[in-house]
Order: sequence, then C-alpha cells, then structure tokens
Amino acid sequence: MNNQPLLSVNEVSKFYGARIGCRDVSFDLYPGEVLAVVGESGSGKTTLLNCISTRLEPTSGSVMYRMRDETKRDLYQMSEAERRFLMRTDWGFVHQNPADGLRMAVSAGANVGERLMAVGDRHYGNIRETAIDWLGRVEINEDRVDDQPRAFSGGMRQRLQIARNLVTGPRLMFMDEPTGGLDVSVQARLLDLIRGLVRDLGLAAIVVTHDLAVARLLSHRMIVMKDGHVIESGLTDRVLDDPHEPYTQLLVSSILQV
Amino acid sequence: MNIQADYNFAYLDEQTKRMIRRAILKAIAIPGYQVPFSSREMPMPYGWGTGGVQVTASIIGPDDVLKVIDQGADDTTNAVSIRAFFAKVARVKTTTHTSEATIIQTRHRIPEEQLRDGQILVYQVPIPEPLRFLEPRETETRKMHALEEYGLMHVKLYEDIATHGHIATTYAYPVKVEGRYVMDPSPTPKFDNPKMHMSEALQLFGAGREKRIYAIPPYTNVVSLDFDDHPFEVQKFDKPCAICAAEGVYLDEVILDDQGSRMFVCSDTDNCESRQAAGHRGELSGMEAAQ
Amino acid sequence: MTAAITVCEISKTFTMHLRDGIQIPVVTGVNFVVKAGECAVLGGPSGAGKSSILKMLYGNYSTDQGQILLTHYGEQVDLSKAEPRKIIELRRDTIGYVSQFLRTVPRVSALDVAAEPLTQRGEDHEIARKKAADLFSQLNLPERLWDLPPATFSGGEQQRVNIARGFITDHPVLLLDEPTASLDAKNRAVVVDLITQKKAAGVALLGIFHDEDVRTKVADRIIDVTSFAGAKAA
Repeated sequence: MNNQPLLSVNEVSKFYGARIGCRDVSFDLYPGEVLAVVGESGSGKTTLLNCISTRLEPTSGSVMYRMRDETKRDLYQMSEAERRFLMRTDWGFVHQNPADGLRMAVSAGANVGERLMAVGDRHYGNIRETAIDWLGRVEINEDRVDDQPRAFSGGMRQRLQIARNLVTGPRLMFMDEPTGGLDVSVQARLLDLIRGLVRDLGLAAIVVTHDLAVARLLSHRMIVMKDGHVIESGLTDRVLDDPHEPYTQLLVSSILQV
Repeated sequence: MNIQADYNFAYLDEQTKRMIRRAILKAIAIPGYQVPFSSREMPMPYGWGTGGVQVTASIIGPDDVLKVIDQGADDTTNAVSIRAFFAKVARVKTTTHTSEATIIQTRHRIPEEQLRDGQILVYQVPIPEPLRFLEPRETETRKMHALEEYGLMHVKLYEDIATHGHIATTYAYPVKVEGRYVMDPSPTPKFDNPKMHMSEALQLFGAGREKRIYAIPPYTNVVSLDFDDHPFEVQKFDKPCAICAAEGVYLDEVILDDQGSRMFVCSDTDNCESRQAAGHRGELSGMEAAQ
Repeated sequence: MTAAITVCEISKTFTMHLRDGIQIPVVTGVNFVVKAGECAVLGGPSGAGKSSILKMLYGNYSTDQGQILLTHYGEQVDLSKAEPRKIIELRRDTIGYVSQFLRTVPRVSALDVAAEPLTQRGEDHEIARKKAADLFSQLNLPERLWDLPPATFSGGEQQRVNIARGFITDHPVLLLDEPTASLDAKNRAVVVDLITQKKAAGVALLGIFHDEDVRTKVADRIIDVTSFAGAKAA
C-alpha cells in the first residue's frame, strides 16, 4: 500500500482577487515521506499549506487523500463534518505560534487529551494516562501535566503542540515553520524530536520553512516556491547541493555558515 | 380597570408573540438546539429574566395560572415582580403552589414536586452557550453544534477532575439532549438535572440578552455528561431541612448570626410550606416563633 | 561477474546564475562499468570531476545527459532519471555512500548515526547499535565517544563514524569519497581490510583515493577521469 500516494495535489491554485497566492501546484506525497516547502515570505508556501490542509479553499485544482479504508477522496468534495473529523484524527497541524494550536487556558493533560475525548474516549483515568505517556515522548515531565501551557517555555509549548496532534496516531502532519521563533539549542532539540517521531511513527509530513537547514534535516524531498509558483523540486540534498534555478542558487548561497 | 391589559394582552404585541412562538416551535422540534430570536426590550434590565418573561408572555393565555420562583423561592423580589407584572398585563391568576400552576417561570431551580403533563416550565437563561467559556467564537461554537463536535465539553470536566479530584461543576452542568445537542440547563444546581430527564412537563429556555430560545419537549432523554470512571452525581446533604425535615431535596445554607451558626433549609419554599402544613417539623422549626 | 554499475554517456555542466549564467562544464561522455566484487578507482587531478561523478551516482547531483544503470532488486534502474522516491529507496537498499565529510545531526549519538542505515531498513535498534559498535571497535574509535554526538569530534574521528555508517549495511554498491583522507596508517589499514571484505562479499565499489598506498592495495582498476574532462566541450 506504500506504493500508493497518501496525498495527491493536482494543479492547486489560489487567487486573492487578481493576486496569485499559489498557482498550478501538483505533487504526490507517499506514506512516511517528508516534504519541505521552502521559499521566502510571500512566496505562497503558507497559502499552499492551507489549501492542502483544508484550511483555505483553493480557487481551482483538487487534493485527493487516501483514507484509512483505502478509498481515495477529494478533500473538497467531502462534507465539512468529514473533513474536520479527518483533521482531528488522521491529520495533525503544528502551527508556528503554539498559542494558535493549543488551548492556553487549559492544562497540558487536557490539551493532549482533547482529541481523545473528541473521538469518544470517556474514561478519565485512561485519557490522563495516555496524555502523560505522550508528554513523556515529547520530553515534558509528568509533573507538568496539570500546568497550563502559559506556564511553559516556547520550546515546551511547541513540543506540547506536537503531542496534542500525535495522540490519535495521525498519518499526515502539516507543520508551518515548526522551529520559527525558537533559539538554536531549543530548535535542535525539537528537530531531533520531530525526526525521531516521524521515523518511528512512519508519518508523512509537509513542512513549510524558510530555513534550509531545517529542510535538510527533516525532509526527503523539497519544493522551492517563488511568487506563488513551484520553481524547483526534487530530492532535498539534490536541490540544496546542486540547485538549478537562479532563485534556488541565491537561496542556497545565502545560508550563513557557522 | 387595567389599562395595560387593554392595550395588548400580556404586554407584547401580537406580531412579536408570533415570532417568539415560531422560535419556540422550532426549539421544540429540535430539542436542545438554540434558536435565535429577535429579543425585545422589556420593562426590566437584562439579567432579570427578560428572556423568560418574553417566552411566558408569548405562551400565556387568560386561563393560565402562573407561578414564578427565584432560586426556588416565591417570595423574592424578582419572583414577586414578575408575578405582579403578569397579573397586571395579562390579568392571569397567580399562585405559589407548584401543583396549581400551568406555567412556572423559574430562575435557577426546578420545583421539588414532580411536574405533570400539561405544565410548562420556563427558564430564565443568562448564557445559553455551554461551549462559550472554552470557545469564545460564536461562529466556531455554532459549527461545533452543527457537526456534533463536543470533545471540548469533556475537556472542561477533565479540568475539573484534574484540579479538584472530582467534577466540581455544581451548576449549569452540561447535558446532552435526546442524544444530539449539548445544552446548558441554565444555572440550576446539578441536583435538578435528573428532573429534566423524561419530564412530563414541557421545558422552555429563554435568553433575552443573548437572543436565544431552546426547549426540552416532554418525555425527552436528558443525560448529564460525565466520565466512565467519574460518573455524574447530584449533591447530597448531611442533614434534612431544618424547618420541615425534608430529605432528598435541595437545601440552602442560611447564616444565623455573627458567630457562624448556620442552618440548611429547603430552597423550594412552596414545598417546605406544604410539608409544614402537613405537620412535618425540623430541628429548628420553632426558632422563628421563639424569636 | 555481472555489471553492478553501468555509466553511459553521462555529462554535466553547472550554470552559475549568480555569476551572469556562466557555464562550468564538469564532465562529458562518461562511460564505465563496475562489476560486482571489484573495486574501481576514479583517477585524475583535483577538479577533474571525480567527486561530481560519485555524487551523480548517488543522486546527489543531477545529470544533464546519459544513463546511470543500477541493478535494484533484480531490475535495471536508470538512477539519472529516477523519481526522488526511487532514489531514496535505492539509497536505502542498493547504494551506500561514504562522503568526505560527516553531516552531523544535533543530539544524535555516534552509535545512532552509524546504526541509522540499518534501522532505516527496519533492523532492530539494538542489533543495529551492536553492529555499529563492532565497526567502531575495529576502527579504534575510543569507546567514550560512542554515545556522544559527533559534532565536536576531530576530523579523523568523524571520518571513522562516517565509514562505519557506510560499511554497516550489505548494499551491493558502495561509493567511497576519500574515506581515508584524515586517517592514520593503522586505521587506513583497517579500511583497506573492510574494503577487501566487501569485495569478497561481491559488492561493487567505486572510490576516490588520494592516498597512493591505499589505492594500490584496493584498486582493481583505475578509471581515468581526465578523459571525460568537460573542458573539452567548452
């Protein structure tokens, strides 16, 4: 079954009036595959991410998803109830700002447990145990389970957000600048954690980032966007080590060397 | 002769009452669903029962007998005023006896005496949206109701247990109506939740400021949300009513002096008085007379 | 012996857009075959395109023309035109690569870095670490370093982690980009030994060795890269 794409994006375009958000983007994503979408601010990468993750309806094009029962469905032909169910069970979405993806006034345990309760889990003890287990997996100590995320550091909040998403065993994760705004040592820890989880859980992921080092570390494949278009795509190390397009060469040559 | 009653029966004009009755019918047809309506200004401030009063005004007829309670009591300002209001604008008979009433407007209690087929209980509701404190966006809560996404409701109960070791919500305890809509029963104590289930009486809820009406038709399934390992429980009281010795009823705590003496008495004054009339006596029942 | 790698009419030119689109030819008309069980060595001076050829064979550089045929699970695959997904699969199961420099990942221990090619193929984590530890011992990597991330290691230590990572699998094709560059004589001998073992196991090896001594010991054949010099075409 891994020879079938999990997600097929077909000529997706989004226009904001006359302006282009993204145009004619197509690609397949296979189970266990991590795709990085890179480009500078305003290149359309977040628009594309939102179009694929049903957060923003594309102007044209289709996004097909292979459901757990192996049927292929067009996301925008599904009912809203089905789409939202998919989003909170089979998908995860990690926001750049953890406050957008967490309930800041609700304890860490409840943040992780929410998806379980949403799919009908009604045993407090089990929910709490699962939440603690997931906090452990993202390196948050058990004794923080009843603390609210507002009492957490940026890195912890981001890890909590990841745990909250993974608790239902999703097959696909969307990440929008997951390490943005974190200092380097915290970034390194988070990237390592994401790498491990993606590998161990066999997750497919689409990671939007402007940081090429993040793309190199996390992704198998990448697409480079400029002015709403995909200008180059391929194996991550190929695009980074042998960039063809002028813009990609500029991006790669602009990386700061330490 | 009373001029107000001659102007229009039960204060509201007929078009307004029609509009509200339509909302009520829709609410009955979709148990637990919050129906928007164009709430009118009433001759009382928001928070004093404008929603309940509009519902009552729209359903009341000349032959109805009205009872109004506030926290179970017939003799508090709010209850007395609303009763006087309808006596004036609809010239209906009023009562304090639950069994005699055809319409009971209530703020935060359900009478202890079991309601009968044909009676209507009208609740005054301050905040109709049970999801409001967890999700501030109305667009989002409406969507959640529409798609039956109620995981968030359990998040609140989870937080209760995580913080207090048990579900500490004691009033406005969320219920699921007829297996579909999650509903806020208004700030009644959770003690009264079981009375909503399979009630013979029609239950109508009016929120004036929030412009929502919802309903539980007679004989409707009403289940209080809970966890398998933390099941729903009603409050229990250690002592019976200090005046009428009633057990298994909801009691109010009354502070007696500056030394911290207190007593627990029936919240439902009509029920307490009926029991006293029938000869029941509690441990402090002679106190008022003695003073 | 069957051909494990067949390189046919490969050419490659870099276009430097940031320098007014200047064209830098790398190689043209590259043709050679490497058989299973032999170690072929790319020869020629620096800048002749030896590393670029290895990188094209690993899919790290694209090719402008030609074919790179590999046998992958009994089927001929043209790597130069394969989908990224296919290349990842080829790297996982068919082509191994020891690069000149180790690309370290923060917070990952040397043992896990070396064990990763095996765990990626579904090998048990502990067994994979055991094999990595064996290779580290052979390569005389001090045991106190094994559980540390290699970022702070010396060049020679990183190189040995890299070699262990490349040699840990039983890939039928192994590409070696100066694996002995920063090693002392003792460890160079270990690498020569490891290469000899791979050859005996029927692995096709293609490498770049600047060290005369090592090259003489392992090379079955030298492929002269100067004959593919891109400059001719320019």
